[in-house]
Amino acid sequence: MNWITNYVRPRINSIFSRREVPENLWQKCDECGTMLFHRELAENLNVCTQCGHHMNISPRARFTGLFDGGVFVEVDVPEPVADPLHFRDQKKYPDRMKAAQKGSGEKEAMLVATGEIGRTPIVAAAQDFSFMGGSMGMYVGNAIIAAAQEAVKLKRPLILFSAAGGARMQEGILSLMQMPRSTVAVQMLKEAGLPYIVVLTHPTTGGVTASYAMLGDVHIAEPNALICFAGPRVIEQTIRETLPEGFQRAEYLLDHGMLDRVVKRTDLRDELITITRMLMKLPPVVRGELPAPAVKADEPAAEKTAAPKPTESKAAAKS
Amino acid sequence: MTQYLDFEKPLAEIEGKAEELRALARANAEMDVAEEAAALDAKAAKLLDELYKDLTPWRKCQVARHPDRPHCRDYIERLFTEYTPLAGDRNFADDLAVMGGLARFKDRPVMVIGHEKGSDTKSRIAHNFGMARPEGYRKAVRLMEMASRFGLPVVTLIDTAGAYPGKGAEERGQSEAIARSTEMCLKIGVPLVSVVIGEGGSGGAVAFATANRVAMLEHSIYSVISPEGCASILWKNAEKMREAAVALRLTAQDLLKLGVIDRVIAEPRGGAHRDKRKAMDAVGDAITAMLKDLDGKDGTALIKDRRQKFLDLGTKGLAA
Ligand SMILES: [Zn+2]
Repeated sequence: MNWITNYVRPRINSIFSRREVPENLWQKCDECGTMLFHRELAENLNVCTQCGHHMNISPRARFTGLFDGGVFVEVDVPEPVADPLHFRDQKKYPDRMKAAQKGSGEKEAMLVATGEIGRTPIVAAAQDFSFMGGSMGMYVGNAIIAAAQEAVKLKRPLILFSAAGGARMQEGILSLMQMPRSTVAVQMLKEAGLPYIVVLTHPTTGGVTASYAMLGDVHIAEPNALICFAGPRVIEQTIRETLPEGFQRAEYLLDHGMLDRVVKRTDLRDELITITRMLMKLPPVVRGELPAPAVKADEPAAEKTAAPKPTESKAAAKS
Repeated sequence: MTQYLDFEKPLAEIEGKAEELRALARANAEMDVAEEAAALDAKAAKLLDELYKDLTPWRKCQVARHPDRPHCRDYIERLFTEYTPLAGDRNFADDLAVMGGLARFKDRPVMVIGHEKGSDTKSRIAHNFGMARPEGYRKAVRLMEMASRFGLPVVTLIDTAGAYPGKGAEERGQSEAIARSTEMCLKIGVPLVSVVIGEGGSGGAVAFATANRVAMLEHSIYSVISPEGCASILWKNAEKMREAAVALRLTAQDLLKLGVIDRVIAEPRGGAHRDKRKAMDAVGDAITAMLKDLDGKDGTALIKDRRQKFLDLGTKGLAA
């Protein structure tokens, strides 16, 4: 057993058992229909243990699995003006927001955090598909900018997990303006010479794909993720033609040169550690004996791969 | 022949009557209709003023999409000299939905790029109704980059319903192409000014309109999604496009208030299609003014100006 699984598993367990266990302890895989024990599913990062189907995972659960010991510090995101257009369709936008906040327990559709993966300091941002379809409004734009600024300040790579149906229509043109705004954020990273890695998860569509999600140094996608600008239904309506099997899925995009890699969620952490360490010109991660996270906050943790015991690890994640 | 929009029907009747009278007079030399026709003209003009004084957002969408509205090609012919089209993305194809090339604007060499919708059935098909495929954005990226290296300002004219939702466009990386075009807009060390002349449809518009200065014609629109698309998603009924058009705040006047654009260009009475030359000249004046605004800024300052403009968007000027 390598040190990552050895070290991280117990922490995930403790966190999931505290926060995520629903009254119904079983969850049905939406792909193969197998009833999965919730804890087992959570330990496997919401990947079906039977068929390998990747289910939605919240940013918080993802970060808990991603960062060493499940430890991460949230980065503050400047609050935008709420409901700038006073938008109302069948429901008022503030009411939709309240429902999304209640349903997800989160403030908005993106979470930004700093922490270490395999002793490699990084900044991570993850979009929450369960929050109004992960849609990109002013908050998400602010979150990406805050993530890039934090990465530049700390000289760390940014790893961004995308998941969105597209723009936040209720913010109209201001939502569209997040395309150039998030692109400015990517440029900050590039100018600072810092790696920007995008992990495209199911689904990543619309304006999100046509901005920060397609501007990474490295594009990794989770298996079978739908990744597109115009969705399959829109295209079928336009060209009146059935689309080929697997169209706009991660593997299809890999074949068509839009991605570098398709990686299972359970392998993602190791892969991200390997890639970021090479791009940051850090020595290979030490495997085997378990090194603990940095004990001194003011020292760069990445250089201390052979440091003290696991018992001296940081306090549990914010949750 | 004038093409009337549905809300212009009363106007069509009056103008039709005036035209009939004049046709009669042409056939019978002794008939004097001058006075009567002039009265009808005056009535039509008054009605036109009333109709266009306070267009609803949905009506503005209709005007913005009017088939007779001047298109990119018309603007280039009227406002630029020595236009030399440059074609191709050097990779796959030349996308005719996007036209662009070297030209002189008031003798100053520039790069002009815009969406072209076409003006009759044949040219509309050739230009794919102004809906670009990835090659269109990649051509624009190539032209913008070249302009930047040679120190030529870039002028973009926006008129698209949006990116083309097609199989090939997706396979060839539509998203990436749009993202790279927006990125290039933000990168170039030359003035970049943009005018929305008709429809500013979503990502396809942003790809060219991420500019130092953006102007919109009075009856053009700029939106994250078409009102019909928004209605079918949020109202579950595409017929609710009028409501969606209001909610989206997609008019030039709204966008100016929201700080998304810098100026609104007045259109002639009854919209740009009723006096194309006047409308195009007004756009020319706006381009002159926007370029003048950027005079004296070097490449670094221009890039900084552009980025800061977008970073600041939504942080100020919005009512809480
Ligand atoms: Zn399954």
